[in-house]
Amino acid sequence: MSAALTALAAVPTSLASTGHTSTGELVLFWVLGPVMVIAALGLLFARKTVHAAMSIVVVMIGLAILYVAQDAPFLGAVQVIVYTGAVMMLFLFVLMLVGVDSSDSLVETIAGQRWIGALLGLGLAAVLIGVVVKASGIAPVGLVAANTDGNPVGVARIIFGDYVFALEAVGTLLVTAALGALILTHRERLTQLVGQKERADARVSRGAVLTPLPAPGVYARSNAMDVPSLGPDGRPLEHSVPRVLRIRGQERSVAEVHLATGPLPDDEHLLLLEGVAGPATGSTPPERAITGEEQVR
Amino acid sequence: MNLTNYLVLSAILFSIGATTVLLRRNAIVVFLGVELMLNASNLAFVTFARIHGNLTGQVVAFFVMVVAAAEVVIGLAIIVAIFRTRRSASVDDVNLLKS
Repeated sequence: MSAALTALAAVPTSLASTGHTSTGELVLFWVLGPVMVIAALGLLFARKTVHAAMSIVVVMIGLAILYVAQDAPFLGAVQVIVYTGAVMMLFLFVLMLVGVDSSDSLVETIAGQRWIGALLGLGLAAVLIGVVVKASGIAPVGLVAANTDGNPVGVARIIFGDYVFALEAVGTLLVTAALGALILTHRERLTQLVGQKERADARVSRGAVLTPLPAPGVYARSNAMDVPSLGPDGRPLEHSVPRVLRIRGQERSVAEVHLATGPLPDDEHLLLLEGVAGPATGSTPPERAITGEEQVR
Repeated sequence: MNLTNYLVLSAILFSIGATTVLLRRNAIVVFLGVELMLNASNLAFVTFARIHGNLTGQVVAFFVMVVAAAEVVIGLAIIVAIFRTRRSASVDDVNLLKS
């Protein structure tokens, strides 16, 4: 009871202003900790790479909150900006580049690798946790004295004081890394650049259609893209229907459209369209339909 | 609450990252495991700084972050380059030096 009272007395103090932890920090830790561990396990077990990346984002945001709770607001901000902002977005971009659906191969190249790996991971966890727990009993000092001028000021004094050469080296490293990324992702052009003029020339010399393809037909009962339009001879133009619809077999014939009303018996023009007309009485259509693949003369 | 809790959480996250590196075959997921290990070590550094009352631990964590950013840039560039030539992001397929 007295312990609970002392814990309650510690509540009004801000999060971790000293080496002692407040109840608020206790609650924060036990809320965030399991969430972070579960998200990290999501990295281990997620089948889709995007899910793994998003669970790592959860872990990183949780870490940022824990940094702020541990008197490191500067690092918390840097964690959000650099890790979740820049690094994880870079990961997602590369995921999109490589292909989202590139899943893991389930073939084991080394026999029993899964069990050995799991065993090693568990062993590592046991050793690390054992060492850390064994070293408990430490009396935390807290960062009140170090943070008197504010955390960023204190960190800056050390970075630009004791570690200024390390800072220079790290700056050089960043420039080198940017150059390295440029060189690694640069691609030499092995073939000639194919521009608009080359494409147009190739099209003319191939004898392909130079004009745009005819648009799909517009009828009284249908103006969708799956019904061909009619050529000047009254026959449907296959090429007026988009290629994708034709390949999928979703194309409809003109007859299907006007079947809804039913052809008038004396309408020779519509009968001609269906190809069921007898000897043509009106204009005589050519032997083959105009498909748009005629040679350009 | 003892500050050891933070260190235990850091150890758990580090182990999960290491297990990911050992078990997964997609190069990007392996790389994410490396990132998780770096983050876990950063949490340990921040906790050490608080235990010792010295901001040097936070400075070291800051440097780890910067180096990790450079490492991510180069690593992802290598993954993209390999994917372009071999059409695969699996670490098993990169075995040109084998035998």
